[in-house]
Amino acid sequence: MSDIESRGYAQPDVLVSSDWVAAHLSDPNVRLVESNEDPLVYPSGHIAGAVEVDWTRDLNDQLRRDYLDKDGFEKLASRIGITPETTVVFYGDKNNWWACYAYWVFQLFGHRNAKVMDGGRLKWHKEGRDFVRDQPSYQATAYAAPARDDSKIRAFRDQVMVHAEQQLPLVDVRSPEEYSGERLHMPDFPNEGALRGGHIPGAKSVPWARAIDPDDGTFLTAPALAAIYQDEQGLDPSDNVVAYCRIGERSSHTWFVLTHLLGFGNVRNYDGSWTEWGNLVGAPIER
Amino acid sequence: MGHPARIAELVDTLALFSRMERIDYLISVADRFREVPESIARRPFPENHKVPACESEAYMWAEKLADQTLKLHFAVENPQGISAKAMAVILDENLSGESLEDLAGLSGDVVYDVFGRELSMGKSMGLMGMVSMVSGSAKKLKRTLTEGAL
Repeated sequence: MSDIESRGYAQPDVLVSSDWVAAHLSDPNVRLVESNEDPLVYPSGHIAGAVEVDWTRDLNDQLRRDYLDKDGFEKLASRIGITPETTVVFYGDKNNWWACYAYWVFQLFGHRNAKVMDGGRLKWHKEGRDFVRDQPSYQATAYAAPARDDSKIRAFRDQVMVHAEQQLPLVDVRSPEEYSGERLHMPDFPNEGALRGGHIPGAKSVPWARAIDPDDGTFLTAPALAAIYQDEQGLDPSDNVVAYCRIGERSSHTWFVLTHLLGFGNVRNYDGSWTEWGNLVGAPIER
Repeated sequence: MGHPARIAELVDTLALFSRMERIDYLISVADRFREVPESIARRPFPENHKVPACESEAYMWAEKLADQTLKLHFAVENPQGISAKAMAVILDENLSGESLEDLAGLSGDVVYDVFGRELSMGKSMGLMGMVSMVSGSAKKLKRTLTEGAL
């Protein structure tokens, strides 16, 4: 039994180890995708053969606040040379925060053949493995994607409003300072900020990084995760859960943990998150 | 208020670059990063030198030189902290030895002017923290010198 299989996850096959990745570097059916917060990280060195998917330029619509559409996803998939059969393995900086975000967006288009490399860049680095600067190019593919399906894993503000009114579980994955309303945003940087601080009434505070072993960026075992989300916070895998943060990136990490590692069947990511809720006229706020 | 002369020159040059040219340039700058010498600081680095809000765990020291200017030193503990390393080199190479007024008046705008507008808030906050520590150190030394002259 591999280390990942021994951790008791509901769906252990969504994670691959750095050893697995190292053994599949030349596998034409595997595409490594690096997604980072810092735009300098991938060009400064990445796993051989990995392509970059940038969260701002590649995953988001460049005009409206929304994700890319079917046409945009097909173009992205073509550029990185994948088909629906390609196993896409996401990894990145910040303990796979952005990798999980990219993974989640790919799920909006039903790319089920997707995995996350446990530990991300941090573990790869700590193991002394190589990073290269050569940027690979792959033959463009024809990828026929379905229309984006927002219904199952994405939540919108009106739905969240009803969710909160019904006192259904909400998980606020931001820092305790953001949850309490003590911190809104950096002065002079209101682009990701909000006019009001606090949290959605009833939301539980579980900062996303609690799901990670900070030493190597790997996910905690299922019992350790269950101790946080189930024993401590009282969530149940049968619950209808909405997770949110500031713009929906950190909460996609928590969505990944609850959905795949703990086997929660109905978790949605509210990507409007606090930058929408905290600016929404009349929206209820708790501090 | 504009940037200090050498920073302004750099910003003007970067404005001519494409996104990839800017990234390549900043990576080459980060490659020049040299950690704080042991004569200034050794691990474990003291918390009061830690840059606030910097997720790359950057530290900053301002060494007072004989001519009453500052030599800037940095450490970046996160090996993925490429932007923090680039920022450290830019601040050191362009501001060490410059007038305290230049350093004290340094604006946080330098972060966006150097790195472009697509930085996330988290990344901006860390880099802004580095700028703020540099200007804070210059203000502190200015105050000390002024009080000493009285």
